[in-house]
Amino acid sequence: MGYPHKPHPKETVVLSQYFGDADARTYKGWVKRGGYEALAQALKMDPPAVTDVVKESGLRGRGGAGFPTGLKWTFMPKEKKKPHYLCVNADESEPGTFKDREIMRWTPHGLLEGAAIAAHAIRAEVVYIYIRGEFTEPWTIMEQALAEADAAGVFGSIKIYLHRGAGAYICGEETALMNSIEGKRGNPRIKPPFPAAAGVFGLPTTINNVETLAAVPHILKRGAAWYKGLCLSNPKSTGTKLFSVCGNVQRPGNYEVTLGFPLKDLLNDMAGGAPAGRTIKACIPGGSSVPILTREEAEDTLLDYEGVVAKGSMLGSGGVIVFDDTADMVYQIMRLTRFYAHESCAQCTQCREGTAWTTKILERILAGQGKTKDLDLLLDLSENMTGKTICVLSDSCAAPVVSGIKKFRGEFEAYLAGKRQPVMVA
Amino acid sequence: MTAPAPLINLTIDGVPVAVPPGTLVIEAAKQAGVLVPHYCYHPGLPVAGVCRMCLVEIEKAPKLQIACATTVTEGMVVKTQTAPAKDARQSVLEFLLINHPLDCPICDQAGECELQDFVFQEGQAGTRYAEFAKRFNPVEDFGPDVLYVPNRCILCTRCVRFMDDVAKEPVLNVSERGDRAFIGIHPEARLDHPWAGNVVDLCPVGSLLSKDFLHKARAWELDKTASICTGCSQGCNITLDTRDEVVVRVRPRPNLDVNRYFICDHGRAHYKWMNRGDRIEAPLIRRDGELKAVDWDEALAKVQTILRGASGKAVALVSPGASSEALAAAKRLLSGAGFSWTGAFQIVMGEDAPLAGVPNLALRAERAPNAKGAENLGYTRDYAQALEAAKTAAVVLVLDEPDCAVETNGALVYLGTVLGNDAACRKADVVLPIANVAEEEGTFTNRDGKDQRYYQAKPAPGMAQPAAWVLGELATALGLAEATR
Repeated sequence: MGYPHKPHPKETVVLSQYFGDADARTYKGWVKRGGYEALAQALKMDPPAVTDVVKESGLRGRGGAGFPTGLKWTFMPKEKKKPHYLCVNADESEPGTFKDREIMRWTPHGLLEGAAIAAHAIRAEVVYIYIRGEFTEPWTIMEQALAEADAAGVFGSIKIYLHRGAGAYICGEETALMNSIEGKRGNPRIKPPFPAAAGVFGLPTTINNVETLAAVPHILKRGAAWYKGLCLSNPKSTGTKLFSVCGNVQRPGNYEVTLGFPLKDLLNDMAGGAPAGRTIKACIPGGSSVPILTREEAEDTLLDYEGVVAKGSMLGSGGVIVFDDTADMVYQIMRLTRFYAHESCAQCTQCREGTAWTTKILERILAGQGKTKDLDLLLDLSENMTGKTICVLSDSCAAPVVSGIKKFRGEFEAYLAGKRQPVMVA
Repeated sequence: MTAPAPLINLTIDGVPVAVPPGTLVIEAAKQAGVLVPHYCYHPGLPVAGVCRMCLVEIEKAPKLQIACATTVTEGMVVKTQTAPAKDARQSVLEFLLINHPLDCPICDQAGECELQDFVFQEGQAGTRYAEFAKRFNPVEDFGPDVLYVPNRCILCTRCVRFMDDVAKEPVLNVSERGDRAFIGIHPEARLDHPWAGNVVDLCPVGSLLSKDFLHKARAWELDKTASICTGCSQGCNITLDTRDEVVVRVRPRPNLDVNRYFICDHGRAHYKWMNRGDRIEAPLIRRDGELKAVDWDEALAKVQTILRGASGKAVALVSPGASSEALAAAKRLLSGAGFSWTGAFQIVMGEDAPLAGVPNLALRAERAPNAKGAENLGYTRDYAQALEAAKTAAVVLVLDEPDCAVETNGALVYLGTVLGNDAACRKADVVLPIANVAEEEGTFTNRDGKDQRYYQAKPAPGMAQPAAWVLGELATALGLAEATR
């Protein structure tokens, strides 16, 4: 990861090469390291040719959905009749995820360069980088980097703006993010229309994650074949990915590995496994919105889009949350649903009411007041909250509940049977 | 003109329908006779798609779709009554009810509440939310005629969208997030837009209430009558709600050509005079210098005598709120009886108040529902000249203008609903009691020339009769052809 520790030998360091190297933050320092060469190269290319390289590389969206990036770019209107926009989703708020933060802290120019290349590919004249409101340090660094790069005039006719969020998780949802940029309440929009048809200000827009765009200059410079070759398992998952490991491990932090890397090695070798004297009990592999894996499942998982799905979860944002045998899964799941209840935008009925209700039931169980029917009720509510709303916040709240009850039912039942000391939940 | 695009064929619950391209499934369903339960959708507002109540099954779609935001496609097969669709809607109802107080017995909306209706139709009897407290927020005073009861709010956002996109005065919003959310109002604003009252009608539950109608009646006690607003010359279609023969509420009646789904607050409040208690209840004739109550035969005979015994000039001073039928009958009576006839009306003027989001819809400065109808029949706006002519006329007929400052040396016949104190019409030779707009059937012509019918909502007091009937009886008695229509 390069910061704060030296990279682990099993890492494949591409995006994180300059993490911890403060000189790489400056424009001069970035250029000295070969920065902005890819942009200069891209600007000489025909926009569709740039898209083709990215398409060929197999790069997929690193924000969570894993949609092929090059394909997404081709959705923009072929014939340009209106202004095009690029939005960069730097509203990294998914619990357990902190990769984009490090990219912006250490390699702000890498992001700016990737964004400018993407803007050229989709023929966008304006780029909005929507940065999470709580990211004070990354904001300052990005601001400074943008000022330096602008002064150097590297972006040509492309204009990049930074837009600061105000602390809403839901603004990381792409259409809510666009509403927020427009100055509206950050509510997800109904799709269709999709952003490529009517995005920010109702105009054709592509939205990409920070990590996705940060990979683009590397792909251009070193070629699609090189990137495609970075693959340990399924050929549909190529390149490297940063995994943010947190929770009950000895060395939490970001680790960059080639897709297809065993989760077991990430947990045990890089992150050092559980604290001394404890064992890992469970792990959420892709940020708080994806189903929980047991240790057995996790140790058998390969970290790529298909590998994690095969184990019943999702790669998501790559935020790996680890629980050891001292963790109270009921409490942990309650903390997650409470987060979603707090962050629900309140548009859709199921989400607005369901996230809060789910949390209340879990709090009741923790307080020793649970009823035998509560687990069935939770599962039924989760079913009613899945696949029925505008965005997936509601589904995300349901995922850990369903997988938690399925895999750790005994812990819930212990509370229900009065065999566990009740937890007072503030 | 270009030919209309071919219709799209689809099936809804087995019923084939053909609708224009771009139609939403929820609207197409109405054509198939299927009402898909919904809260946030309203045909007069932009689609929000947030209540998730109108989830239906569409063949080939991977999951349930909301009927309010899905456009029809050729060959689409929509099913509203399958188990997944019904379960999804039942769960939405359950979610909506966990924080909704079951205070229907004291809620004004009860009986016309969409939450009540759909829960009754397809909800479940019990609750699984037992033991938790419901969300509580105090009642807020939003504006001159609007109260907000947040506890009942289901956050469909119809009110917010009305103020944002139709009134174009965005003073409401959704404040807070999650289950703490409520409808907020700008801290320095009031909900006092001239069309703000529509949020009360739009609210599917009893969350936005009219102060004027508060606790006045239960919905099921009301009789509803199609009528036309008399507040101005726009001619908005309305429903008069009466309880025990008293008009207690005015609500908009949809008419896409005139007022869409809305009426202004002026029109909404413009009904109290319909219930006036100081009405003329019997025909009156002047005897020994005083007006004495008589029966209709005697009063009509008296008018006949006046009309037969006079010749020359006759002047009609009429209200622009009289029906076209009455105005036509008055003209026919005076001209048919051989008089040289003039008719005029005066218009009360007020402020213009457009509804920004709807073209050609405004509270009009001319507060006269039938000025156009009167003009079409030959009545003029030159009221001053008519008053002057009245001085020397043989007969002056005043039609429901109680404060008319008429002076005449001829005979004065007054047809009206009320007699003003010290008013000139108290000097009339004959006073004939007539029905007001809520008590008769008639026609108004709005400013755009649209003839619109209104119907009787309550009986006229005492012996009062519709003016058209009174004038028709007189014409028949005088032997004028086609006197009554």
